[in-house]
Amino acid sequence: MSLINAPSPHTSRHTDTGAVMRQVVYATLPGLAALVWQFGLGSLLNVLWAVLVALVCEALFLRARGKPVAFYLKDWSAVVTAVLLGLALPPTAPWWLTLIGVGFAIVVAKQLYGGLGMNPFNPAMIGYVLLLISFPVAMTQWIAPGDAPAPADSLALFLGQAPADAFTGATPLDTFRTWAGDAEALAGRDILAGELAGPGWEAVNLAFLLGGLYLLARRIITWQIPVAFLAGLALPALIAHQVDAARFAGPLFHLFSGGAMLGAFFIATDPVSAATSRLGRFIYALLIGLLIWVIRTFGGYPDAVAFAVLLLNLSAPFIDYYTQPRAYGHRKANKGANP
Amino acid sequence: MRANLTLFQRLVPGARRAPTYDFPGGVHPAEHKSVSNQTPIAPGPRPAQLVLPLNMHLGAPARPIVTVGDRVLKGQMLAEPAGAVSAALHAPTSGTVVALGPRPIQHPSGMDALCIVLEPDGEDRWAERRPVADHTRLGPGKLIALLRDAGVAGLGGAGFPTSVKVNLGDHQRVEQLIINAVECEPYITADDRLMRERADEIVLGIQILQYLLNPHDTLIGIEDNKPDAIAALRAACADSDVEIRVVPTKYPSGGEKQLIQLLTGKEVPSGSIPAQCGVVCQNVGTAWAVKRAVHDGEPLLSRVTTVTGDAVARPGNYEVWLGTPVADLLRHAGVDKDRLGRLVMGGPMMGFTLHDPSVPVVKTSNCIIAASAEELPEPPPEQACIRCGACAEVCPANLLPQQLYWYAKTDDFERAQHHNLMDCIECGACAYVCPSHIPLVQYYRYAKGEIRTQTAEQIKADRARERFEARQARLEREQAEKEARRRARLEANRKKQEAATESGAGDEKLAALKKEVGQASSAYKAAVKAAKTAEAQEADNAAELRARADSLKAEADRAKAALRDAKATAPAPAAAPAESSALADLKKAVGEASSAYKAAVKAAKHAEAEETDDAAELRARADQLKAEADRLKAELRDAKAAQGPAAPPAAPAPSTQDSGTSPEKPADTPSVANTAVDEQAAGKRQKRLKGLKTAYNMAHKQYKEAHAAVERAERAGQDSDEALAAMHAKVEKLKAKADHCRDALDALVEQAKADILAHTGKDLKTLKLDAARAESALRDKADELERRRDTSDADTLETLNSELDALQEHAQLTRLALKTAVEEQGLVEE
Repeated sequence: MSLINAPSPHTSRHTDTGAVMRQVVYATLPGLAALVWQFGLGSLLNVLWAVLVALVCEALFLRARGKPVAFYLKDWSAVVTAVLLGLALPPTAPWWLTLIGVGFAIVVAKQLYGGLGMNPFNPAMIGYVLLLISFPVAMTQWIAPGDAPAPADSLALFLGQAPADAFTGATPLDTFRTWAGDAEALAGRDILAGELAGPGWEAVNLAFLLGGLYLLARRIITWQIPVAFLAGLALPALIAHQVDAARFAGPLFHLFSGGAMLGAFFIATDPVSAATSRLGRFIYALLIGLLIWVIRTFGGYPDAVAFAVLLLNLSAPFIDYYTQPRAYGHRKANKGANP
Repeated sequence: MRANLTLFQRLVPGARRAPTYDFPGGVHPAEHKSVSNQTPIAPGPRPAQLVLPLNMHLGAPARPIVTVGDRVLKGQMLAEPAGAVSAALHAPTSGTVVALGPRPIQHPSGMDALCIVLEPDGEDRWAERRPVADHTRLGPGKLIALLRDAGVAGLGGAGFPTSVKVNLGDHQRVEQLIINAVECEPYITADDRLMRERADEIVLGIQILQYLLNPHDTLIGIEDNKPDAIAALRAACADSDVEIRVVPTKYPSGGEKQLIQLLTGKEVPSGSIPAQCGVVCQNVGTAWAVKRAVHDGEPLLSRVTTVTGDAVARPGNYEVWLGTPVADLLRHAGVDKDRLGRLVMGGPMMGFTLHDPSVPVVKTSNCIIAASAEELPEPPPEQACIRCGACAEVCPANLLPQQLYWYAKTDDFERAQHHNLMDCIECGACAYVCPSHIPLVQYYRYAKGEIRTQTAEQIKADRARERFEARQARLEREQAEKEARRRARLEANRKKQEAATESGAGDEKLAALKKEVGQASSAYKAAVKAAKTAEAQEADNAAELRARADSLKAEADRAKAALRDAKATAPAPAAAPAESSALADLKKAVGEASSAYKAAVKAAKHAEAEETDDAAELRARADQLKAEADRLKAELRDAKAAQGPAAPPAAPAPSTQDSGTSPEKPADTPSVANTAVDEQAAGKRQKRLKGLKTAYNMAHKQYKEAHAAVERAERAGQDSDEALAAMHAKVEKLKAKADHCRDALDALVEQAKADILAHTGKDLKTLKLDAARAESALRDKADELERRRDTSDADTLETLNSELDALQEHAQLTRLALKTAVEEQGLVEE
């Protein structure tokens, strides 16, 4: 008889990385549905196309790096990156925009760093920021809520056959930025008159929140990052709003506008580029939330999830050095990079 | 510390009173316990051979006291404990020792180790047993010795000898004795069945442990998945002070550190043992073994082992003789060899795979899992770590396993240690949950091994460097001393040379002085005569003449003294053409010095006889000259001794004494003018010691060489008898010479020691002892301080520090006393 010779433990929880990643993809479905409902088929087309591009890029580069292609594709990480980027892109994005963004995310931000687990930055956000800086007009146009284009129009937009401006309008974040400080003007804007935030956007964010709660329930993610993220965003908003309601939007508006929920539950929780210890993750996400509020309020861009996440990706190793947990039998935690 | 009341505690009355604490992390693997805990403990197989490794326990392997062919009885000791941490080994049944040699044993790396192989005779005849009905009558000392001789070791996992664990110092107070009945690993039910069936015996064992450790509380920690065992223990403990604490099922609650945290909220400080925080843990099976050893007089011969897994037809618990090959046990349980895919000794979380089923069951083998490849399949290939942190969520030691993994993988051991890798208990919870199937524990074992090796090498390198530096310093010192001696010699030679060139002038001066003396004395005599005449004539000027005669006498004496001085100081006539060797120079110097001394003595005697004023002065001068002569003599002897061996061995080596230039007294009589110990004498003795040592070493070496040469010649048988006889004679002579040197050396050392005694009132040995004692007291105090640095308050540390300072001063003083005593006597510290 030939006996298996393996180190302990000899049993495992029977999960694998692919399963974890699939759970993340499933959890985005409510959000995707809400996007399609509010803004037309564009987001779905983006996501599907992004997945296809990602898989092809991943396969090509795995092959070029001499890695077993099928084995690595099974970890579903490329799919997750593609889905997240596809969700973040405007529903009016033409195919080539997605191609460039996803291609850059997979090839440069992930594979060139050594593949899954080795990338210091969130690949989807790298792709997003690349596009945002290179094609600012295409990236900041968004369909006005409740004005979803017909499927045929969405397809035409996707293929680059129709002019985007025919369908686009200002987002609630844009609008607030434009009229901030003028209470009367703000009060007159329909787009800011949702139950929680702007109409349409609150639905999308609620859907992503739902998906995020599913991830929490399945223990795919832990509570530290989403809670700290949202707290970091909401607390300064609350304080500032108390001081001057006309100049500063309220916490609910911030939480349910733009990419807040997508960022809190799906983007910032990417474990590869986040901090590792529990306390570290809390600080990491708290600072992301704070930075989003700062950029939204004082910066040049209407939304800031991508920038904030990338800046904190940079700081994650540093945060890790100072947030080692206190190990059993030690009176205090070790701090710093080196002994 | 949080006190978590679990659902179980809320539901089970009685459990509520005792708060249990929680430990971070942990996992809940499928239990698989009902596979093996449904049937009572059954007897194990009766194998054809028992293979008994000498290191079934943790610590030094036992020392065999039987030889191949010995017939032994059941319970007879086969190997005795060797060293402080060790346990005895006994024959599990009667039979014959058929082999004593290496066999594959229960080791993760599948290595071989020394085993005693016993062939049972089937009679199972007992040796004499000595049950102790009342252990309190025996006393702790004898009881501990009994446990040691009975081979009782921890049956839970590590196999630490129980006699060591219960033998705490008087100063160590045990607050809690914890009986570990958790059995948190899946599959294993050995303790579960043992508790259900032998709870009374276990409680008796616990009472013996209580007697030895005298704990404030005794707690049994048991998981809530063993309700029958809990009930049995409750019944058995009904009228004792043993408290049963039920803990929620979670792996690894049964880890020693985790159980301590669960039951007491204490954490064992990193790098120490539980006893340091007042806790002693014993496995429930060990308590049973203790009872058997004491009350029944039965040493540890067998243990309850779970045999489980879907490749055996009759899973269950078996009371297995130690040394039973796993293959026999599996056959006994009805193994299906074709289905067997993975064979694990221990549990599925921390056990290790066996590749050879012939390895024996030992004291720590609590479980054998014979699983099919479907039940415990081949691990899937390792995927990339996505730093998901699932491992950190389950780590009971609160580490960051994913960080440790990166550091281990990139050989960044410094950072791994900074992240407390050494506190990892290798429970496997992290690898159990890892979605990327990374064998994390294996990475940690690798890194730990590397760190241990590196630390050991670092220590070794440090020691080598220290040795090298010490040697370098010694060589430099010796070089400097050599140089100083060379300078001194040159200086002496130069002076001598000058004296020699001056001696021509000296001769003339001497003649002039002689003349002067002659004139002075004749003037004196004339004056005396004149004075006498005057006195006889009673002339007026008689007194005047007398005075004049006196003054003339003084004048004459002065001249005489000057002549004597000149004679004494003037070196003898210039040397004959100098012998080239320094030896010749020295010889000459000795000759000169001794004749000068003799002259001086004569002059002094003369002066004394005449009762001249300068007699005392002359005497002193003579003494000085004698000292000088002695010094030169000693130098000559040393030089000769050092040079002696270089001379052809055919020339009989002169003993150190027969350099005899001074005929009047033996050379080494210590009647030096200065009886007080002074530096000069010390230096002299040191020089002599060194010279003698070199001489002895050389002589001894020559003797050895000659001896070897003779033996060679005898073996070759080519030389004639005469030649051999001559060689023998030579050897004898060389031996005599070496012995002589040795004796002289010994005498000198003894004398020096006696002087030390006379001088300091203490002999050398006492001085050395004092120094060593002070040194070790200092070390102990420093250790204590180090140990208590983290745990004590500032006041205690302050006291300790001042004590340390005092000890340091004392040590310095004793060291100094020793050094001074030794140096004063010219001894060289070896």
